[in-house]
Amino acid sequence: MGTQFLQIANYIGEYVLLIASVVWVTLKRPPQWSLIRDQMFEVGVLSLPVVAITGFSTGTVLAAQSFFQLSDKGLASATGLMVTKAMMVELGPVLTAFMVTGRVGAAMCAELGTMRVTEQIDAIRSMAVDPLRYLIAPRFIAGILMLPLLTVFSCIMGIIGGYVIAVDYYGMAPNTFLDPLPIHITFFDFFSGLVKAFVFGFIIITISCFRGLSTRGGAAGVGRATTNSVVICYSVILIGNFFLTIGLNSSYEYINDFLNRWI
Amino acid sequence: MITVHDLWKGYGSIEVLKGLNLEIMDGETLVILGRSGVGKSVLLRQIIGIERPDKGYVEVNGVRISNLNQYQLFNAVKSMGMLFQGAALFDSLNIGENVAFHLRQHSPELSDSEIKKRVTEALKMVDLSGTENKMPSEMSGGMRKRAAIARLWIYKPRILLFDEPTTGLDPITAGQINELIRATQKELKATSVVVTHDIRSALEVGDRIAFHDQGKIIAIAPKAEFLKINNPLLQSFISEAIIPAEYFSKKG
Repeated sequence: MGTQFLQIANYIGEYVLLIASVVWVTLKRPPQWSLIRDQMFEVGVLSLPVVAITGFSTGTVLAAQSFFQLSDKGLASATGLMVTKAMMVELGPVLTAFMVTGRVGAAMCAELGTMRVTEQIDAIRSMAVDPLRYLIAPRFIAGILMLPLLTVFSCIMGIIGGYVIAVDYYGMAPNTFLDPLPIHITFFDFFSGLVKAFVFGFIIITISCFRGLSTRGGAAGVGRATTNSVVICYSVILIGNFFLTIGLNSSYEYINDFLNRWI
Repeated sequence: MITVHDLWKGYGSIEVLKGLNLEIMDGETLVILGRSGVGKSVLLRQIIGIERPDKGYVEVNGVRISNLNQYQLFNAVKSMGMLFQGAALFDSLNIGENVAFHLRQHSPELSDSEIKKRVTEALKMVDLSGTENKMPSEMSGGMRKRAAIARLWIYKPRILLFDEPTTGLDPITAGQINELIRATQKELKATSVVVTHDIRSALEVGDRIAFHDQGKIIAIAPKAEFLKINNPLLQSFISEAIIPAEYFSKKG
C-alpha cells in the first residue's frame, strides 16, 4: 500500500516536473517555427473532418431532441438557443477534446513511446538536442492553440447541424431559431468554452507526451502506454470539466464584469 | 582523454556497474568486450551523459560529464557521437533528413545546398548514394547502421561511441560495418569506444580490448596480447567464440 502510494506520488511528481520543464523550455528557447507549424497541421488541420462530423451530428441530434421534447410544451422556439448554449459551453469543448484525444493524443503517445523504446530519444540527446524542445514543446504549443480553434469550429458545425434539422426538417422559421441567440448568448458562454478547450488541450498533450516518454518494455509497452494515456485523458477531461464548470459558473460575476469592461 | 572513475550504476536492486575504472587515450579505439547484459551499453550511456551514475564520475577531456547541468551537458556532448544498437534512425524523417539532423540543429549558418552537398558526401562514404529520400523502414538492418554512421560522420565528432555495431548482422555485412568504423576512425582521427560481444569484431577494429564482467573491467590489453591474458572468465568467454586462426598464428 505504502509502496503504491509512493509510486503514484513519484508519477505525479514526474508529470508536474515535465510540465514545468516544457513551459520553461517553451518560454526560454521556443522551438523552431517549422516544427510548431507541422504539429499545428497535424493537431489542427487534420482533425477538422472528424471534428466537423462530430460537431454536426451532435448539433442535429440536439436539435431533434430539443424540438421533440419542447414543442408540446410550447417551448420549441428555444431549440436554437439550447443547441447553441449546449455546444458552446459543454458539448463542443468536451467532444472536440475526446476526438483529439483519440486521433492525436493516442498517436502522439504511440510515436513518442516507440521513439523511446527504439532509443531514438536517446539519439536526439546524444546529438546535443533537447528532446523537450525538439519533440514536446512544438506539440504543447500546437495543442493549446489548436484545441480552442477546433472547438469553435465544432460549435459552428453543431449550430449549422441544429439549424438544418430545426428549419429544414421540422419546418421551424429561421428567425425563430436565430433571433434569441444574440440576446441570450453572452461573452461568458464563449469565454467559458474557450477556457475549457484550452485546459483540455493542455491535459491531452501533457498526459499523452508524459506517457509516451515514460514508456518501457518494447511493443507491448507502447500498446499499454497508449491505452493508458487515452483512458487517463478521458477521465481527467470529464472530471476536469466538472470542476471547470463549477469554477467558471461560481466566478460568473467577476468574469462577466471583466469581459464587459475590456471587450 | 576519457576517464571513468569508480563508476556505480544500479536499476532497482540490481547493480550493473560496480566501481568501474577505465582510461581511454586520445585517438585510440578501445573495444569493451563482454557478455550480453553486463552493462556495457550502460557505460556508453554514462560517457555521453544520457544517464547519470549513482556514484563515481566520467571525465571527458577534463570536463566531469556526470556533474554538468542539462545545458552544460549539451555543450559538452556536441563533439561526441553515438551509434546505437538498433541504429536509432528517426522513423518520421527520411535518410537525407536523418543524416542532416545535427547540421540542421547546430549549424544554422549552413545553406540548404551546403547541407545537401554534405549529406550526399556522407552517404557516398557509407556506400548509400541515392538513398536520401528513402524512409528508414524501407532499408535493411545493415543499411540502417550505415546510414547511422553517415549521421555521425557528417558532423565529425571527436569522440565516437559504438554500441554493438555488428549485432544482428550477417558476417559479410558485419565485416562492412567494421571496415566503416575503421575508416571513420581514421578519417576523423577520433577517440572511439566500441562495445560488443563479438570477439572477431573486437579484434578487427580495436587498438586495445577490455573485458567487462561483473560490473568491472577485469582485463585490458593491446589487441595483440589480449587473447593471451590468463583470466578464467575471459578464457571461458574466448573458448565459446569462433576466432579466425590468423589472430593466433600471426598475432600470437
